Amino acid sequence: MSVAAQANIDSHAHDDAHHHHEPTFIEKYIFSTDHKMIAKQYLITGLIMGFIGIAMSLLFRMQLAWPEQSFGIFETLLGRFAPDGVMEPGTYLALVTIHGTIMVFFVLTAGLSGTFSNLLIPLQIGARDMASGFMNMISYWLFFVSSIIMVSSLFVESGPASAGWTVYPPLSALEQAIPGSGMGMTLWLVSMAIFIASSLLGSLNYIVTVLNLRTKGMSMTRLPLTVWAFFVTAIIGVVSFPVLLSAALLLIMDRSFGTSFFLSDIYIQGEVLSNSGGSPVLYEHLFWFLGHPEVYIVLLPALGITSEVIATNARKPIFGYRAMVASILAIAFLSTVVWGHHMFVSGMNPFLGSVFTFTTLLIAIPSAVKAFNYITTLWKGNLQMNPGMLFSIGLVSTFITGGLTGIILGDSTLDINVHDTYFVVAHFHLVMGISALYGLFAGVYHWFPKMFGKMMNKNLGYVHFWITAVGAYGVFFPMHFIGMAGLPRRYYTNTSFPYFDDLADTNVLITMFAFLTAAGQLFFIYNFIHSIFYGKRAEKNPWKSNTLEWTAPVEHIHGNWYGELPTVYRWPYDYSKLNEDESDYVIAGQDYIPQDVPLQANEEELGH
Amino acid sequence: MTAFLIVIVIALLGVTFWQISKVFELSKPANVSDTQIADDKDNNTQGKILLAFMVFLYALMIWSFWSLSKFYLPEASAEHGADYDRLMFISIGIIMFVQVITQALLHWFGYKYRGRKGQRALFYADNDKLEFIWTIIPVVVLAGLILYGLFSWSEIMNPEETEDTLVVEIYAYQFDWRARYSGDDKTLGKANVRFIEGVNQLGVDESDDYAMDDIIVNELHLPVNRPVLFKFRSQDVLHSAYFPHFRAQMNVVPGMVTEFGFTPTTTSKEIRNTDYMVDKVKNINEIRKTREDLSEDERLYEFDYYLLCNKICGVSHYNMQMKIVVETDEEFQDWIDNQQTFGELINN
Repeated sequence: MSVAAQANIDSHAHDDAHHHHEPTFIEKYIFSTDHKMIAKQYLITGLIMGFIGIAMSLLFRMQLAWPEQSFGIFETLLGRFAPDGVMEPGTYLALVTIHGTIMVFFVLTAGLSGTFSNLLIPLQIGARDMASGFMNMISYWLFFVSSIIMVSSLFVESGPASAGWTVYPPLSALEQAIPGSGMGMTLWLVSMAIFIASSLLGSLNYIVTVLNLRTKGMSMTRLPLTVWAFFVTAIIGVVSFPVLLSAALLLIMDRSFGTSFFLSDIYIQGEVLSNSGGSPVLYEHLFWFLGHPEVYIVLLPALGITSEVIATNARKPIFGYRAMVASILAIAFLSTVVWGHHMFVSGMNPFLGSVFTFTTLLIAIPSAVKAFNYITTLWKGNLQMNPGMLFSIGLVSTFITGGLTGIILGDSTLDINVHDTYFVVAHFHLVMGISALYGLFAGVYHWFPKMFGKMMNKNLGYVHFWITAVGAYGVFFPMHFIGMAGLPRRYYTNTSFPYFDDLADTNVLITMFAFLTAAGQLFFIYNFIHSIFYGKRAEKNPWKSNTLEWTAPVEHIHGNWYGELPTVYRWPYDYSKLNEDESDYVIAGQDYIPQDVPLQANEEELGH
Repeated sequence: MTAFLIVIVIALLGVTFWQISKVFELSKPANVSDTQIADDKDNNTQGKILLAFMVFLYALMIWSFWSLSKFYLPEASAEHGADYDRLMFISIGIIMFVQVITQALLHWFGYKYRGRKGQRALFYADNDKLEFIWTIIPVVVLAGLILYGLFSWSEIMNPEETEDTLVVEIYAYQFDWRARYSGDDKTLGKANVRFIEGVNQLGVDESDDYAMDDIIVNELHLPVNRPVLFKFRSQDVLHSAYFPHFRAQMNVVPGMVTEFGFTPTTTSKEIRNTDYMVDKVKNINEIRKTREDLSEDERLYEFDYYLLCNKICGVSHYNMQMKIVVETDEEFQDWIDNQQTFGELINN
């Protein structure tokens, strides 16, 4: 829908437009410009990519637990990459590389932020649709194309990219260095370039929509924290993704056109390359200039979702709304000046290391404020233990556990000896992987009624949560300890020399928990699909929530609301607010006051 | 302790199966009135499971520290390592203190305030004092850690170069390491990959006089208590020279020379006789005894320091290592006197 069409709808021509033009199947389900449909497209594509990514992790966890053993499943799934069912070292590296790429970009960036920004921004700010529905559609389809290219790279002759998800040159630049740096790497770069275009189109749209299309009365300080999170995430994306694009373009040039941005003085396979003057450290700077903000691009939407879900289900206002907004902004700002903590031992000037240690540990402050505020929001609440709520509590738990070890890794001194060990793997999986996945699940359980007009089965949701919660900690808590043993990550096997032999049992334990966790996701898949078709019909506002999306009709209509757009009179967190004489809630017998309810006679106005 | 953990996992799995059976019960058509929104019964059950989960989490943490912390690296074998280990110990202490308290609060509140009909949540939107307190506490604690870290960092990264300092080049290539000692003149000869030819595998400049007494080996020997300055050079892709026992690591970057210095304090012989290492080696040998894919020789393991590659560098990344021997000064002199110099190598 173009801006012109939007104006058209706003001027009450909406019903006419609706009746005159019944959308065809293709317009409605495939090349849709409706933000709600695009959100569902993002979600389902993201979940399918997530399935692939998690399946890969199981394969390489099997290799780590039972190194170089033959498995029928390897032969079936990996074919010539696992002759006689034994995984090859190159295949292992390819699996970890693509697992990382898919999970970080395709699941947790597009699948999480893409889904919920699209669904919630227009609905929660009271807009008919995104500022540009057409750009939004293009954004999804670019994402789809990049997903297809990434998946297709698994099938090329020389194997997919296998230089780690960070694809540091020269390993990623030279086909002679590793087979995966041939055609597979080219496809990886093409896919990522398209992905970045998709992400930028999406982000610009989110920013413009939040700034311009808020309904009457919806000031910035009345925005739900979800929208704040999506808005700031989009800004970080616009600031940092172009830098990754430049890194990718320069890498493409080094690979294909003989330039030397990242290459210098290389002797490989018996010959000296002509490249001179480039530096891989430059690539590392460019990559992490995106790479670190990317962590927050993944995490902030999850935290935003958690804020909303916790407040709704605790029947309490989120504690410290302004502090929450301030910490989102502080995290966003700091996230762009901490990238160097990935490079303490890269050979950059140690003085820079000091600066990055300082900024990195600063970011712990707003993060700590957020964690404390979540805990205080639970205090003296009336907690409704819906599956979304459990995933949100789970998120706070893993966010704390994973975030705390960041204090070790962010300290340049301590990083020396745990850099690139399993300690790092444990840290970032808890703090951004599991936490963001919990945010994704919390969002799906909470907004499923809004997306599909049906309820998900709560009992299956509980089973899903508890298995995941036990499994995730079971995988990643013990992993810190094998990292402290000095075990490097990205090793195909840990038994090719004796020193790490005694870690074998722990590796088996971790793999067992990984299988348990993955099995738990089957409950989700079943519940998700089954509920779409056979779920109980949802009421308009099942969670008794304040935000505007729950004032919109259950059935999806073009333009979101019949008639006029709702007007906003209050912030979104008036849960359990009492009237002036404290005899009852402001609205008698109802512990929530939706944002479109005007100030009541017996209500005290609070400036939030 | 392992058994305890298993019991808890089984118990939780039991809860899971009980839940599943409930699911099937509830999904019968008779129950279509169910709203799929948590009611008091759910709140109660889930609140209690949350408490049980907290027990699991604490049991997992205790078990991990109890039976996995033996995997921690032994006491550092380098001079700066003591400082490193102390900072690590303090950091882990602070982290676990915060972890234990916050997780308890989170899960306890989740249990304590589980929803009940008629229960009124407290409308509590903000409290500046409280927020100030928990902003300022992290600020103070982190400021302490930052300062401590920064002092150690600048000390570690800017080692004093003395007369006595041994300069060693560590040379990395897919998939092995070489070490080059500067010889009597204490100066490494110039080198570039463009000079690689025949036996001159490290690309040392044959026209440079300083190069002639350089000594190239594939086993790193270090005299104890003498500062070493490593200069790292890579031939092909990024590698990372990781000396876990010496708390040292530096990436090896093609096209530039990176540096790291430390002073080894414990000889290989000494560390082999520490309780830690005796136990560990015994344990590993027990495990290796049962491995049928190993030859008799391979089954018997004796500890040696090693240098690992810790930056993904290709298919055999997992096995790119070099043995390090820390020995007394006399032993070191004996050893190095018996090595061939670069001059001898190219003139042969």
